[in-house]
This record gives sequence, structure tokens and C-alpha cells, in this order.
Amino acid sequence: MKNNILSRSSLIIALFCVVIAFFIVRLFFLQIIDTSNVMKANQNALRFRTQYPARGLMFDRNGKLLVYNEVVYDLMVIPSQIKDFDTAKFCNLINITKEEFDKRLSKARAYSPYAPSVFEKQIPKGDFALIQEKLYAFKGFYSQARALRYYPKALAAHVLGYVGEVNEEQILKNPYYKRGDYIGMSGLEKSYEQELRGRKGSKITLVDVHNREKGSFQNGDFDTAAITGSSLYTTLDADLQEYAEKIMANKRGSIVAIEPSTGEVLCFVSAPCYDPNLLVGRVRGNNYKKLLDDPTKPLFNRALMAQYPPGSIFKVAQALIALDMGVIQTNSGFVCDKSLVGCHNHPSATNVRDAIKMSCNPYFYQVFRRIIQHRNNRGKIDSKDGLSVWKEAMLRLGFGTRIDIDLPNVKKGRIPDTAFYDKWYPSGWNFYTIFSNSIGQGEVEVVPLQMANFAAIVANRGWYITPHLVRSYGTETQRFRRKEYGIKHHSQIDAKYWNVAVEGMWAVVHEAGGTGRLARLEDIAVCGKTGTAQNKGADHSVFICFAPKDNPKIALSVYVENAAGGGGAWAAPIAGLLIEKYLKGEVKRKDFEQNYIEATPCQPIRTPKPKKDE
Amino acid sequence: MLSLDWTMIIIYLALVVIGFLNIYAAVYNPELNTDFAVGTRYFKQMIWIIAAFFLALCIIIIDPTFFKQTSYVIYWIFIIMLFAVLVIGSTTKGAKSWFGIGDFGIQPSEFAKAATALALAKFLSRTDFTKDLKTILVTLSIIALPTCLILLQNDTGSAIVFLAFGLTLYREGMSKYILLMVLAMIILFILSVIVNFWWIVIATAFITLLVYWKRRLFWRHKVKLRYFVIAFGIVVAFVGLSKFAYDNVLQQHQRDRIDVLLGIKQDNRGIGYNVYQSKIAIGSGGLFGKGFLNGTQTKYNFVPEQDTDFIFCTIGEEWGLIGSSVTLLLYLALLVRIIHRSERQRSNFSRLYGYSVASILFFHVLINIGMTLGLLPVIGIPLPFISYGGSSLWAFTFLLFIFIRQDAKSMDIV
Repeated sequence: MKNNILSRSSLIIALFCVVIAFFIVRLFFLQIIDTSNVMKANQNALRFRTQYPARGLMFDRNGKLLVYNEVVYDLMVIPSQIKDFDTAKFCNLINITKEEFDKRLSKARAYSPYAPSVFEKQIPKGDFALIQEKLYAFKGFYSQARALRYYPKALAAHVLGYVGEVNEEQILKNPYYKRGDYIGMSGLEKSYEQELRGRKGSKITLVDVHNREKGSFQNGDFDTAAITGSSLYTTLDADLQEYAEKIMANKRGSIVAIEPSTGEVLCFVSAPCYDPNLLVGRVRGNNYKKLLDDPTKPLFNRALMAQYPPGSIFKVAQALIALDMGVIQTNSGFVCDKSLVGCHNHPSATNVRDAIKMSCNPYFYQVFRRIIQHRNNRGKIDSKDGLSVWKEAMLRLGFGTRIDIDLPNVKKGRIPDTAFYDKWYPSGWNFYTIFSNSIGQGEVEVVPLQMANFAAIVANRGWYITPHLVRSYGTETQRFRRKEYGIKHHSQIDAKYWNVAVEGMWAVVHEAGGTGRLARLEDIAVCGKTGTAQNKGADHSVFICFAPKDNPKIALSVYVENAAGGGGAWAAPIAGLLIEKYLKGEVKRKDFEQNYIEATPCQPIRTPKPKKDE
Repeated sequence: MLSLDWTMIIIYLALVVIGFLNIYAAVYNPELNTDFAVGTRYFKQMIWIIAAFFLALCIIIIDPTFFKQTSYVIYWIFIIMLFAVLVIGSTTKGAKSWFGIGDFGIQPSEFAKAATALALAKFLSRTDFTKDLKTILVTLSIIALPTCLILLQNDTGSAIVFLAFGLTLYREGMSKYILLMVLAMIILFILSVIVNFWWIVIATAFITLLVYWKRRLFWRHKVKLRYFVIAFGIVVAFVGLSKFAYDNVLQQHQRDRIDVLLGIKQDNRGIGYNVYQSKIAIGSGGLFGKGFLNGTQTKYNFVPEQDTDFIFCTIGEEWGLIGSSVTLLLYLALLVRIIHRSERQRSNFSRLYGYSVASILFFHVLINIGMTLGLLPVIGIPLPFISYGGSSLWAFTFLLFIFIRQDAKSMDIV
């Protein structure tokens, strides 16, 4: 019996031990093995508040502000925290109807009753002051400051680009972005997104079960500060840009101006332009649609994306290549034989310089024929070889290749090669099927940026630095540059031939019989070349030029779409005005200027139909 | 000079201090600089702790025979109070178990456990429990009367604790088959909830036949088939009754708690919220815990009842596996010590009372911690000496110190 009793007490003690041991094992599993509990606890109690950095600013080459940020306020709502309040008063305050209020609230509630949703977007500072004063009465609502882009001068929309909210695809591609973040969608905003955006910071706060903030986590040891985005110091000249946009206001076309010695883009216009402020904030959606539906396609960046036939300006390149290949000499003469290809009335050119000046079509027909029908190593005429040599030379002049400017969506134009023609003419081809290229028609296509770059190459007598729009980025004290914009690209055309081209282009503007005399300035030697690019509508008026002739400061390409009268009539005088504006600071020829500002030469709506790439 | 058992007293003090620190941590609000402001929960607990010490002191000063002699009186006083609370008590969390006097409340059911332990010890100290049916019936009545009254208050948790006296009875000679039967009933009850009734019937029939066949044909025992039929009938009837009770007697919230525990329902936002959050809080503590006052789950109210029934979460979160194991081992040490001392008592009364004390404390720890660890259904009863609340602290102090005093008395005599 005694034994029995003892064993009973031992059994009870054993029961206690087993239960406590079982609990400790259970604790071991919960606390040591199952690590998900820590994560779940953090999900419960930690809130990661994003600290948005200010996006970088943009300045022109003289330090004028082009883009800055202005604070607006998003009105946020946490549906579960809403207490009864005067809905009518609230609707009145933010100026919406009761139905709209109910709609937005149920949408927010559907997203999450506990997480914040945006109730009203981007309330301007002025309007917000009034709302903020009364917001305390509406539990569950609070404000969140956001920065929007503003453009004090409303310039260069195509260069600066715009920002917008990231879409799902971008979020998937780059986990840095979260819903509601802004990202550069076009222009410099897009190509310098990494630099401009800075780095988001995060602040960890503790919240209780009702999502009320309870202070910082671990005294903020795990918080990271937001880093302000780098500013862009662009190469644009705001005054010149403004002037160029003014001239192009009622026209279609493009202007690209480059400083030849550096490759810096001085002005960059795609007309029609639009006010970049239109694509900011709450008005953006509507305006974007309007711009998109506009038949003149203001959103289309012609300077980078419009692939035009180059027209006669191409002849300068042909002359240089032919000279370098040795198939003509500087004093080669060809009769202006209109039976080969149409031409205007002028005396036959007896040398390359005059041929450029008079833009003689039959002359360059012959030049191109000699290039293509070039004799190969075995002394046989070989069009394929000729075309290949020509194409390589053209590529070195920046044609038919994507110019690596710091803007997105650059088209590369087209310089046809043998493969192209083999496909285009399956039954065979030779010079006579492709001769139109000699005068910049046919299958060749260029974008205005390439033509401006070519003008810069001639101005530099043989080399170029890739055109770019940002000289440096960073802060006032710490600047960075992209290395590729310090490298000279050489055309490999012999130095001695460049003067012929330069002289020819000088004659175009300055000599009797030149086609670009409207570009002439009183005391500045301008070298230019006109072009008349034939296309489905009226011809495009084209002009490339640089000035001054020695030690050039500016190289330009000007395209005026569907403007009858040829390159000399519209593009040349506009180029002249721009050169005067840039080099003199002011245009003295007021009547002349007024004439071209008011002129509307473009044939009404022939929307540019850029041919598809390749 | 009294020879008090300081082991029990020190463990008691340690648990009270652990309780206070964790109540402080659970309701601590770093934003408010209200250290020890009057009105905070930890300030009140401080008052109650001081009062509990005073109560302990009184019990030690009082002549130990007092409690033995007045056992029945104390028992009846609390039975009357349990009646009274049904009539004039106030309702908290669905249970009508409180006497409210202004801001101050007292819960007779907490003290009724000690009173029942006293009465039971007194009754059994003079007779052998297994002597005759009458004794058994009286014994069971002593336990059943307060249990039923507490059930009427709708305080199931406190009523379940009265099962603890089963351990005392077992020590005093109750057949182990009764304990095994209770265990079998629990298993059958669970099966009745999770398995289809007819499957249980088929399985039971199959097992019964198997055993019968083995005995009869294999071992050639002479067994009568009708015993097997009766056993089968009892099991099936019990399962049927369990199913019926589950569906019709239990309240919805009780059904939900059982369903969540058994994994039939999963609803971490609704009915399973408490336990889900409780496990997160404890689990996030890791080995060493987040440190005193650094818990987030309990302090910011993710865990409900974080300073009363779920106080163990705060211990688990802030002190980790080490802190919670130490707490559990303190309980184990106390329980083992009480059993150990009980066996050394000269008087039957003291031994019987000691076993009841250990059993009651054990049941509280079992049910409370089992609940916070998600092993038992949510049953709201306090963790002895640690949970916030005056009534429970005093009741447990009262319960324990009467035994400490009895123990000291018996040492005196030796």
C-alpha cells in the first residue's frame, strides 16, 4: 500500500514534469524553429514609410533654371479610421459631389480598409492651405506631400521630357519602384532617371493594432535618409531655345543646333512644341490625350524620330567621300545634263566647290556613279563593293547609325547596303536603279539630328563629338560627366578635302548663284547647304550650316516640313536668324525677323509619316 | 520561531515580480511619461501585490488550526457568495462572476477553489474516501456544488479548474481507471467533432469484434459477448452524446474555439485571431527575447488581454525561450515542492490540502499556457501570481499561504 501511494505521488509529479517539458518543447518550436513569427510580428508592428527625395533640377548652359519641383499634396485616407463626420462639408471642402465621395471611399475600402489610399491627388499648395486648416475634423484623412515638376520658362518640352507614375511593367522590371512612384517617361527625365531620382529613404515606425503610429523603431537606427537627386547641367541655351521655339511656333519641323567643338546641343526644337507644364499634375491626363489626338503630332519628337529624305544637303557628303576615294578630283567638272536627272537652270560646274554652291543634280549623279561603279582590286567594276565602301564612309559621318545622344528613342535613319538592295530588288540592281541616293532622295533617310551632326563634322573639318544635352550632373560642388561625350569620332576622310566642302558651303550663302543666300549675315561668314526633300506632300525645306567659317561656334540643321520654295526659301533664313541670335545675342533685322516669325509656310496638315525603321 | 518553507515563498515572490514586470511592459506606453501614475494598470497591480503580502502575513500570524476548524464555514460562506453573485453580480466578458464595489471588483469563484480545497481536505481527513458510496457521493458533492454554481455564472474556464480535485482524489486512492476514462472521454469527444459519427461507429464495432475474436478464439478465454456489446453501446452512446452536446449545448464561441484548435476552421482575423497573434508574439521572441519593454506585439495591443490571460505572451516576446522556460521551471519547482512537502505532512488535512493546492495551480498553468501556445482551446483563466488582477492574486496567495502555514505548523510539532 505504501508503495502504491508513493508511486501515485511520483506519477503526479511525473505528470507535472511531462506537461512542463512539453510546453518547453513547444516554445522551442515556436521561438527557435519557426522563424516566420518574427516576420509576421514585423508585419504587424512595423510600417516602412518611404521618404521621397526631391528630384534633381535642370539648368541651361548659363545656369538658368529649366525645371524645378513644387510641392503638392495628396489627400490620403485610411477607411478604417474614418469617424462620423459631416460629409457635405467635406465634399464642399475638396469640391467633389457626394456620389464621387462615396465612389472614391468604396474604392479605397476595396483596396484595403487599413492601408492608406490616395483620395485626392496633387492638390496645389494654394488650395491645400484651406483644406489643411479643416482637415483635423475629418478623422482618417491626412495629407502627404509630393513634389511635381514645374517649368518656369515652358521650354524644350521634347528635351526635358515628363515624369509620370510607374506602371505595373516597370515595377516588375525594377523593384526599386513602388506603386505611385514617379519615373521619367521621356526626354532627359527618362535617360537620366537614375541620376535625377536620387534615392528613396525609409523611416520605420511602430504602429499599434489600430495602425496608430507609436514612434520610431530602435530610435531610428534602421532608418535611411532620402538622397536628393542629382541636378542636370544641360547644354541648352535657354535664350536660343526660346527664340527657336518662337520662330517655329506656327510651323512644323525641327531645329537642332550644336556647338561643333564640344558636341553640346545648344537648341533642340521639334515643332509644333507644347508647354511642358501641360503634362504635370492633375491636368495631365486630359492634356496628354489632346496632344496625342492632335493631327500635327506635337508629342512626336521630329528631331530624333522623323526620318526624312535628306535632299541636296546630302551632296556635301557625296563630294567628300568621292574625293577621299579618289574617284574625282577637286577640279573635276561634269556637265549639267538634265537628261540624267532634273535640275534647275545654272551654268555647269567645273569643280566640286561650284557644284556644291549650285547644288547641281547631274554633277552629283556622276559623282555617285563613280563611287558605286568603283573598280575593285582586280580592276573590275563592282557595284556591291562600291556601295559597301560608300556605306562605311557614310556611317563614319554619323549617318545610318543611331547617334548616341542622351535622349531616348533615337531613330537611326537608313543608309542602304547591298543586303538591303538584294532584298529590295531581288532580280538584281546596279547604279542606275539606285542613283536617286546621289541627290539625297531614294532609299536614304536621315533624322535631323544626324544632319546637324554632319554640319558639325564639316565645321570641325572631319570629326565630331557625339551630340549630347547634359554637360554634367551632380551637385553644385560635385559634378560628373559621361565619358563617351569626351571622345572624338573621326570621319577618316583626308583633311585636305574638307576645305573644298567648307568653301563650297560658304559660296552657297555668300556668292551669287548660291542657293542659300537668305542665310547670309552682315559680318559673320556662314557656311551652309540647302536641301529640298521630296516626299508625298509638298517638299520639306532643309538647311544645314555652321558659322563662323573659321573657328565655328554653332552648327545647325533646320527642317521646315512641307514648305514650298526649297531649302533656300524657309530653312536658310531661319538658320540665319538663329546664328545671329546666338552669336550676337540679339537680332537686329527686325522686319526680316518678323516676316519669318509670322510666316506659316507649312502646307496645312500633311502629317509627317515617318517610314518605319528598316 | 516559525520554520517557514522559504523555497515556496521565494518562488512565490519571484513569480509575483515576473508578473509585475510583464504587466508593466504590456501596458507600458513610451509616449506617455506616466511612470507609476495612479490609475495605470501596473500601479494598481502594485497596490494589489502589497495587499497580497499583507494577506500572506495575516495567514502566517493566524493560528494554523483556525483554517482547519473553520473549513466548512469558509466553504459555505463562499457557496453563499457564489449564489449571491448570480443574483446581484456584474457581468464581465459574458460571465456573471463579479461583485463590483465601485471601481473595485472581487470574483468569489477564485476564492471558492481554496474554500473547496479546505472543505474537501477536512472531510477526507476523517474518513477513507473509498469506504462506501455515501462518502464518495459527499466528496463529489463538495466539489460539484461550487462547480455547478460557477457554470451557472457562465464561467466555464473557472469551472473546468475544479477537475483538478481529481488528482487529489487519485492520490487518496481513486482508481486510475477513472483518470484513464476521463482521458478516453476527451479523445472520444475530439473524435466526435472531427470524424463523421458513422465512421466512429463502424471503427468501434470493428475494434470490439477484433478484441472479442482475439480473446475468444485466439487465447480461448471464456468471455461473454454481452460485455462487449455493452462496451460498444457505451462508446457509441458517448460519442453520440458528445456530438449532440457539441452541436446543441456548447455556445457558438466555444464551438469556434474548439474548431480553431482542432484545425477545422482557420480564421486568423476572426475567431482564431487571439491564438494566432499569441503565437506570433511568443515566436518572435526567439532565444533571448527582444528585451524588457522592447516587445511590440503585446505592447501595441496585437495580442488581446495581454496583461491578464495572455500575459505569458509578453514573457515569451520580451524574454524569449530562456525567460519563458525559466518561468515554466519555476512553476514546476513550486508544484514539485508542494507535492514533496505534502507527503511529509503528519496530518491528513495538510496533505490533502497540499495536493489540492498543487492540482489547482497545475490546472491553471496547464490551461493558460496551453492556450497561449495554441495547444488548448481559448479558456480565459489567469496565470497564477503573474496575471493582472487583485482577485486572482489574492485568491492564489490565500490558497498557497494556508498550505505554507500548515506546513510550518507540522514542522513546529516535529
